[in-house]
Amino acid sequence: MAVMSRIGEKVAPLSRQRALGIFYAVVGFLILILFSRDVQAGDLATLGLNTPRSIEWVKLPDLVLPVLPTVWVLGLITIGLGSYQALRGFQKTGWLLGVVSLAFLSTFLVWAARAGSFSLIGILSASLQLATPILLGALSGVLCERAGVVNIAIEGMMLGAAFTSVLVANVTGDIMLGLAAALATGALLAAWHAVMAIEFKMDQIISGTVINIFATGLTNFLNQRVMQVYQNLNNEMTFPYISQVFPDLAKIPIVGPLLFDQTPIVWLALILLVVIQVALFRTRWGLRTRAVGEHPRAADTLGINVFRVRYTNVILGGMVAGLGGAYFTLGSVGRFDKQMTNGRGFIALAAMIFGNWTPVGSFASSLIFGFTDALQVKLQILIGKVNIPSEFLLMLPYIVTMVVLAGVVGRVMMPAADGQPYKKQ
Amino acid sequence: MANTVNAEELHAERPRAKPSGSRTAAWRQALSVLVIPVLALISALILSAFFILASDVSVLSAYAAFFSNPVHALALSWTVIADSYRALFVGALGDPGQIVAAIQLYITTGQTQPLILAFYPFTESLVTSTPYIFAGLAVAVGFKCNLFNIGAEGQIFIGAIVAAFVGYSFTGLPWIVHMPLTFIAGAAGGAIWGGIPGWLKAKTGAHEVINTMMMNYVAFRLADYLLNGPMKRGGPTGFIPISRDIEPSAYFPQFFPAPIRLHMGFIVALLVAAAVYWFLWKTTLGFEIRTVGANARAAQYAGVSVTRNYIVAMALSGALAAMAGAGEVMGVNHNLANAFSPGYGFDSIALALLGGSHPVGVVLAALLFGTLRNGATKMQSLAGIPIDIISVVQAFVIMFVAAPAIIRWIYRLRSEGGVQVVFTRGWGG
Repeated sequence: MAVMSRIGEKVAPLSRQRALGIFYAVVGFLILILFSRDVQAGDLATLGLNTPRSIEWVKLPDLVLPVLPTVWVLGLITIGLGSYQALRGFQKTGWLLGVVSLAFLSTFLVWAARAGSFSLIGILSASLQLATPILLGALSGVLCERAGVVNIAIEGMMLGAAFTSVLVANVTGDIMLGLAAALATGALLAAWHAVMAIEFKMDQIISGTVINIFATGLTNFLNQRVMQVYQNLNNEMTFPYISQVFPDLAKIPIVGPLLFDQTPIVWLALILLVVIQVALFRTRWGLRTRAVGEHPRAADTLGINVFRVRYTNVILGGMVAGLGGAYFTLGSVGRFDKQMTNGRGFIALAAMIFGNWTPVGSFASSLIFGFTDALQVKLQILIGKVNIPSEFLLMLPYIVTMVVLAGVVGRVMMPAADGQPYKKQ
Repeated sequence: MANTVNAEELHAERPRAKPSGSRTAAWRQALSVLVIPVLALISALILSAFFILASDVSVLSAYAAFFSNPVHALALSWTVIADSYRALFVGALGDPGQIVAAIQLYITTGQTQPLILAFYPFTESLVTSTPYIFAGLAVAVGFKCNLFNIGAEGQIFIGAIVAAFVGYSFTGLPWIVHMPLTFIAGAAGGAIWGGIPGWLKAKTGAHEVINTMMMNYVAFRLADYLLNGPMKRGGPTGFIPISRDIEPSAYFPQFFPAPIRLHMGFIVALLVAAAVYWFLWKTTLGFEIRTVGANARAAQYAGVSVTRNYIVAMALSGALAAMAGAGEVMGVNHNLANAFSPGYGFDSIALALLGGSHPVGVVLAALLFGTLRNGATKMQSLAGIPIDIISVVQAFVIMFVAAPAIIRWIYRLRSEGGVQVVFTRGWGG
């Protein structure tokens, strides 16, 4: 990485800031152009803050916004911020990105809900839910890569875990055993990855690819050969939502639908997020992990067992990915479906890199991807009103990711020894 | 990242005047290079057999009664596996008996139809290998510049989109103009699509793994949009998301009468592989790309432009992948449908690794992948073994090839002590 950052210094930071400012201004103009189409003067957009359940205690007033003024105000703010950034430059730009994306997304939602209503709380709740597997995958990546082992096998681990969780839950009739099977599958595949990468010093990208191909192939194979023949092995088994166990929690306004109308796996993910963030940066284990990921030889001289740290972290990472796999089945649809992870493991990888190999950063980027997924689902409802081809709207998050990566994040700081097999001297 | 300059690797393939009498030694060396992949394939097939057995209920129940009737369990296992792999072999390469009979019939009576049918499975393997060669080369070129292009699938889509568009919208052109135009336009589309992440990496340092992946999704959405809108057959009111057929003047001609679909794309793929070899090892630009791939810092100190080489390598990689898509449209499908690729781009990562990121290795690995995938189709219909077992075989093959130590340990081979080829370096920096 040292190599790369030196080469990168050729790019003057000022010009990047300027380009970013221009980009933000363009986004502002886009807001004005795109979202003033098909709007009648005086159109109102209603953004719902209630769910049928949360209404039982307090009925919050819906957010009613006049569409055109909202578009103009937010568009002009964005243009103003972008121009200021291009001409003078803000000291810190992280918040600016947040403001601009928020402005764009809010105007889009208001525009999509013009002369109608749209459940804001619904899409936020769905975003968190859909961000969960991405977050878990990213956390798995953080655990492995902070110890210096590249893990592109998250997709395979999640897929394998999704399969075994359903199979075991159906065979035993116990959903907890299904969850345990998911964790065990993740750990097993991770252990295989670890042996290939650490013991045989195989290229870690290759050994991850091996796991991915193996898991995809085997689950497809067994799905067709076993689950489609014996369909009672693939019955729906899901964890009850928290609100089903504690109905009152879901009645709390906003927080209720957002946090408690969820599968418990969402909570497990959030707890893991906090635990891993704290453990990584505040505990002895975290220091050792990071030492092994940055400079294994130095860590070894200080008496840290590099191999043991790497094995432990990779296997723990596999279990976290396994939990992510269980989300797809036990936490969501309850049944296994061919290739149901659908590239989420790779998105998780992007979220991890995007989040600069930190749990909190990964969470933020997972939320962006989760929001996109949620939008994809909710757009079906709004179809007809959104007369921009939906495909283009769906491209947007990916393009924004690229722009942001190029403009703001640029060179990420990966663990220095990431991907390098360690050979004891 | 690993900054070791592997000088041997850079120069290894340079032909040197060898002392006379070393020809047999060279052959022996070439054979010993093949030992590991062949043993890897055999071991992978053996390992995969266990998964076939473990998912077969009749076999499982036979093993449940193993101690009362062990012969039955073993015999049944053997039958199941033999039937499956025979179907795989016949599906991939053809039935040897049928081939011999067809040749005899052709010699005695001059009938060609049985001959065509007998060779059909083999030619179909070559048809399946064609996109694999292009896509494998694409990923391999990326690896040579220490870039991990996982956007081959998206680039394949772009190549297919552009080729289909050029293929049906230009009418009245002669074949000699239209065919190359279509192919080159497809490749150019891929070059731009792949060049963007290269440019972003060079100019801003944005990671190519993320950007190529994001470009994949953008390409898929673009294909969705085009096939449901502007490019849809019969206009927006058409029934299926499929494009119009391209003009026959844009076809890669097929060499043999139907049903054999072997087309010119296969020859083009081999020529392109040779061109890639020539480019990487015989030109200055190729040397620079490999130097940047081996050690970017050293390359920069030596006056090589790292940024330019990132862009060139990614654009070339994108163009090669797009050729896979264009070739499928021009040679096989003659239109663009959304499901035309069963994941060639993703398989090609494994394939490039298996081929050691070398054009010759990539062609061999592509032939293997194409043969396996084609044979597995037959295995699915004849023996009821889902085609996906082939992915399990592929996974094991890659593992054994990438870690020859496992194979040496299993078969008690002596270590060759050769230089380990470096495929990738983690995230590629």
